[in-house]
Amino acid sequence: MSAVEDVVTEAPAVEAVPKRAMTLGTGTSVVVLLLLLVVPVFAKNFVIFQLTQLLYLGLAVLALNILTGGSGQFSLGQSAFYGIGAYITAVMMEQFNIPYFLCLPVAGVLCFGVGFLFGQPALRLSGVYLALATFALATAMPQLLKLNFLEKWTGGVQGLVVTKPDAPFGLKMSQDMWLYYFTLVVVLAIYIFSVNLLRSRSGRAFMAIRDNEIAASAMGVNVALYKTLAFGVSAGITGVAGGLSAIAVQFVAPDSFTITLAIQLFLGMVVGGVGWLPGSIIGAAFIIFVPNIAEGISKGLSGAVFGVLLFLVIYLVPHGARQVAILGQQFASRLRKN
Amino acid sequence: MELFTNQVLAGIATGAIYACMALAVVMIYQAIDHLNFAQGEMAMFSTFISWQLMQWGLSYWVAFLITLVLSFVAGIAIERILFKPLAKAPVLTNVAGFIALFAIINSSAGLIWDFTIKQYPTPFGSAPFLGSQLISTHQAGMIGVTVLLLLGLYFFFQYTRIGLAMRAAASVPESARLVGINTSWMIALGWGMATAIGSIAGMLIAPVVFLEPNMMGGVLIYGFAAAVLGGLTSPFGAVVGGFLVGIFENLAGTYIPGVGNELKLPIALALIISVLVVKPAGLFGRHIVKRV
Amino acid sequence: MTVLLNVKDLRAYYGQVQALHGLTFSLNEGSLTTLLGANGAGKTTTLRAICNMVRSTGGIEFDGKPLNNRSTESIVRYGIAHVPQGRGTFTTMTVEENLQLGAITRKDNAGIVSDIERMYAHFPVLKQRHTQQAGTLSGGEQQMLAVARALMLRPRLMLLDEPSFGLAPLVVRDLFGILGKINREDKVSILVVEQNAQLALELADQAYVIETGRIVMSGNAKDIANNEEIRKSYLGY
Repeated sequence: MSAVEDVVTEAPAVEAVPKRAMTLGTGTSVVVLLLLLVVPVFAKNFVIFQLTQLLYLGLAVLALNILTGGSGQFSLGQSAFYGIGAYITAVMMEQFNIPYFLCLPVAGVLCFGVGFLFGQPALRLSGVYLALATFALATAMPQLLKLNFLEKWTGGVQGLVVTKPDAPFGLKMSQDMWLYYFTLVVVLAIYIFSVNLLRSRSGRAFMAIRDNEIAASAMGVNVALYKTLAFGVSAGITGVAGGLSAIAVQFVAPDSFTITLAIQLFLGMVVGGVGWLPGSIIGAAFIIFVPNIAEGISKGLSGAVFGVLLFLVIYLVPHGARQVAILGQQFASRLRKN
Repeated sequence: MELFTNQVLAGIATGAIYACMALAVVMIYQAIDHLNFAQGEMAMFSTFISWQLMQWGLSYWVAFLITLVLSFVAGIAIERILFKPLAKAPVLTNVAGFIALFAIINSSAGLIWDFTIKQYPTPFGSAPFLGSQLISTHQAGMIGVTVLLLLGLYFFFQYTRIGLAMRAAASVPESARLVGINTSWMIALGWGMATAIGSIAGMLIAPVVFLEPNMMGGVLIYGFAAAVLGGLTSPFGAVVGGFLVGIFENLAGTYIPGVGNELKLPIALALIISVLVVKPAGLFGRHIVKRV
Repeated sequence: MTVLLNVKDLRAYYGQVQALHGLTFSLNEGSLTTLLGANGAGKTTTLRAICNMVRSTGGIEFDGKPLNNRSTESIVRYGIAHVPQGRGTFTTMTVEENLQLGAITRKDNAGIVSDIERMYAHFPVLKQRHTQQAGTLSGGEQQMLAVARALMLRPRLMLLDEPSFGLAPLVVRDLFGILGKINREDKVSILVVEQNAQLALELADQAYVIETGRIVMSGNAKDIANNEEIRKSYLGY
């Protein structure tokens, strides 16, 4: 390793992303939105289901991105918040017959509270220590969901079956299609909220903490408050994503929310580009489709194939999809100049 | 009281497993400044190699030595081929690389040796140690090997030039290059040593947990926890941390009501986190002063 | 007099930003040369470019051999010791370990042991503190340690980056006295970058003044020190 570029590349754990670079330009946004609106009309129900999955997993990756890319805190515990959100939604829908669209905000708010509280002890920890703490949360969650005294609501190890909602107002639309558009609206709303959050005063505080905590506190940023707030917001959004998943999959069980899920969300964030919100959906696509592709290439060695594909991605674009977007942008502007 | 002493003894016996793994964790942390999530899988693969060598008729110690050397070389090769190209990539990308390596090794081991549980021999026997039903001679042997390993590492880092160079490269890489140390090779050497130590851990653990591709999952987590508890910069702390985690785990399982086998891990982790909240650098870790 | 270090048309870059714009200078064997200039003039970058710690183009020759595209650690093995800005102390290690690290590329164990004693003679305070963690030393002591660490290489050329930075004036006098002695007695050529121009010119025989990445003045240190115009416009004293 030569030392040539070390001066410029000595970066903090999470690289600083300029605020503007965290989002997409208007033109691209419109194209992506149109695609998201139109594609399901021509797709089969199973594909629509997969697209729905893409949206809510993308939302969960986005939530981690706000935490890690935004405030520089690392979490392996996202699966726990996701599970709580899913269970709150499922239990409210099935045991108390509350309509699904009311369950999601409740899941979001409760998860925000859990995340905010969890952020308190986590304040003292950073780096690997925080990773370990959040990891503990992730391993505890499936066991907690199995606890006996909760069984009358949660269904214990068996889990809960969730009824899929019909399209309202007599719309002639399959359940899958309705759920897709419903999810799309929720995800878009949260995406717009997140973009604005990161552009706001709080977003600037998050990024100041990410780049240099000591300097941020010297500038008068309430580090403790904003760090826990970032945890809360991230957990809240993850909870909504979990709620959406419960409705879409029609089933919740403790073992759907293990550390494996948290690791998948982490990989989604890296592949999409840490700190680049639109990349979340690309990261989600990676964690949904690449394991299937790997399985298609070799059944016995699917894990190994997945690992090799992941290595290929991080060699080609160590900064994830964000890097591709930046390259594309440069290419486009060069074309315009000519 | 007897229950308590017995549980502590049993905790020390399981703690030896974690201590051994924690040493490998500290070793890699010294070299690369982060945790390698694939370390357990690498140890598992090494253990399978030694098992395969014994299946081919080699004696335990010959297989042990060959595995040790192969693991050392493989560790260096993995760093040179897979991770050196990522040296300038962000840390989180490297972590993704560890996860990829995990998937590759786990899946390959499953394909080569399948997922059935295999018996693995111990060179120490499995009779009760000094008449105690709680610690077997194998576990006592494991504790002995761990302590030997710790002493060996201590001498290596304190009294050899290459050990000094490795420490320098890990603590201030730029200054290390300015005195002529090839820091890139020091990282590779760290990988080699960590992999070799991991293989020893794997071969000692296998008789207890049995040999199969997923044998290290739980052990590595406890190993991480032990290393973090003891302080990631201190091999001595890692070993102490390993025994403490073993004791924590056993006492939590015995004395806290409603804790089944499943909740032992989260509770042990929660305890460790409470320690870290009070002592963020671990029990024996060096506190690093941050500058703006 | 033979030329030890020859730098020709050196350009250095931090990412897209160019910091040196074609620097040409040379240093004679046995000389003590100083590189002067204001903040941001490119003094530190010049030293870093010599050791290949920043991306650069142009020619750097040491004792007739080109240094370009060699790794930092192999350049050190030619006998170039670099005392970086901020001293680069191995703070978690003992004073003695820091000295041993300075000689890590050498194989002559007896020589190393006697050199450590020699360093203790140069800098008695280091002997008093030889088992102490280097991070606990004061700024001046750490600077002495950094110079001693560099000398442990038995270098032919020593690059010093603002050795006076952050030190009390008395300590600086001391340190510069020792540097002069090392230069005369041990025949180590020295290239020292300084903001304290007055002091550096007293010590040096040759001097270069750089401004925004270019050499704007060169000559005998005495002449430059005596030229009031240069002093006023470039050196500010």
